[in-house]
Amino acid sequence: MIEARGLVKRYGATTAVDDLSFSIRPGHVTGFLGPNGAGKTTTMRMILGLDAPTEGSVTVDGRSYRDLPAPMREVGALLDAKAVHGGRPARDHLLCLALSNGIPRSRVDEVLRLVGLEDVARRRAKGFSLGMSQRLGIASALLGDPAVLIFDEPVNGLDPDGIHWVRTLMRTLATEGRTVLVSSHLMSEMALTADHLLVIGQGRLIADTSVDDFVRSSSRQSVHVRSPQAAELAGRCREAGAAVDGPGTDPDVIEITGMDSAEVGKLAAAHGIVLFELVPVRASLEEAFMELTKDSVEYQAAGVTR
Amino acid sequence: MTATLPGVGSADRAAFRPATFADALRSEWVKLRSVRSTFWSLAITVVLGVGLGAAISAAAAHGYAKSDAPSRLSWDPTSISLDGIGIATLAIAVLGVLFISSEYSSGMIRTSLIAVPRRGRLLAAKAVVFALVTFVVGEVTSFTAFFLGQALISGHAPIATLGDPGVARAVVGAGLALTAIAVLSVATGTLLRHPAAAISAMVAVLFVLPGIASALPDSWRNPVLEFWPTQAGGQIANVRIAAHSLQPWPGFGVMCLFVAIVYGIAWTLLDRRDA
Repeated sequence: MIEARGLVKRYGATTAVDDLSFSIRPGHVTGFLGPNGAGKTTTMRMILGLDAPTEGSVTVDGRSYRDLPAPMREVGALLDAKAVHGGRPARDHLLCLALSNGIPRSRVDEVLRLVGLEDVARRRAKGFSLGMSQRLGIASALLGDPAVLIFDEPVNGLDPDGIHWVRTLMRTLATEGRTVLVSSHLMSEMALTADHLLVIGQGRLIADTSVDDFVRSSSRQSVHVRSPQAAELAGRCREAGAAVDGPGTDPDVIEITGMDSAEVGKLAAAHGIVLFELVPVRASLEEAFMELTKDSVEYQAAGVTR
Repeated sequence: MTATLPGVGSADRAAFRPATFADALRSEWVKLRSVRSTFWSLAITVVLGVGLGAAISAAAAHGYAKSDAPSRLSWDPTSISLDGIGIATLAIAVLGVLFISSEYSSGMIRTSLIAVPRRGRLLAAKAVVFALVTFVVGEVTSFTAFFLGQALISGHAPIATLGDPGVARAVVGAGLALTAIAVLSVATGTLLRHPAAAISAMVAVLFVLPGIASALPDSWRNPVLEFWPTQAGGQIANVRIAAHSLQPWPGFGVMCLFVAIVYGIAWTLLDRRDA
């Protein structure tokens, strides 16, 4: 369980994180979403005690990170896969981390096997590809077999096989009852991995919701219609109070928002309009996210002129 | 692959013990021994300390016959044989600075602080491990340089033995002074974070500033050099104490005090700064 209360981080005049409060519960993969510069990494750094909050506090299982008696046993983290000393062999990198928390040496070989790096364990980290570095970072996060896991963009640089592996790993870790927080700017990735979402923009919390609710509540739900009488239907829908996009370059196609497909179908039947296609269009996670962050940018701009 | 982890479960997690300072020491020892620069820097320390000491000893021994009475009076074969260690100090300073500042340049420091969030513990473990390694290497270097130097001087000029007054203290002291520099360089690396800046600062403290000070008029030079930390600390490796110099142990005390102050500032900043 990770809990933030009124978390604020300012760097000079810039506010990177602005009054963030959330709880991240065990047993779920929580996706931490936001465009670049939204404050995801800064928030993670505050959770891990690297940066001190300007205001507010964040705790892991009720304690601030710096007070954890054996931090790697409680929290495993991957922030930046390239944050390793390039001259140190992979195995020694993991060994020095393990020893610092009293984790037995045998566990180092265990996690190397787990992430598939046992063949390159003696190679120096500077020769690693980004994908191999990500695996090494995940290995270090798993060293202490922790109940809380924090990953910053873990699929960055991985091949499709690796992405599938990380996705499975995250879900398995959550199924085992662990708290898993994964940041990403890849919305499609989050749709497949996360079951809960924490969306931030400009350092502010925009949404704290399940993935399903997030998509369902998105404002962009429309009905796609193809009809030889598209223009007439468009007029009827507008009369009924809906917003209609089109017909455009294709004179037979219109997009209706503000009515669901059943209402559009009934309206068409009542006026004897022939329909070729009647498709409810649900915004993808990607679109829902863009919609939300667009709002946050507009809000932010309004705030500046005030 | 399946991601099932061995040893998962709250029962196992409840069994772990708190991490200790000894754990941090073990961790830092692995960090130090697992990079190539450690071996090379320590090898250079020994080679410079012993090799330069031998060359200086041989040259001084041959000059002894032609020297005048006053310089014979201040003849200090112990200090001459240990002279190479002064230059070898640079290798230790560079390694000590890199031991922490390379963590900043690579980003490893964040990984290290996630593993050991008690920052004072991390810094202390680094300083202790590097001080112990330097002490061992420093003593090996100084004893080797001493015996080799005396062998080269023997037959040309009077030599010193470990039983002579102050000689054993000077030989052990050369390693101690090197150890103090080791702690200073770790603290400086922590303070400045950038390898180049920290190495420059160490070179300035060790070589450049004392060099500039010796060009000053006597009334300025003498007190400055007397209390300049590295000069004062170096007195512990001398048997004959020159004018305007502190005695061996008080001199070493001045140096230790300086190191402690720099270490204290480094600790405070490390604890307060965002990593």
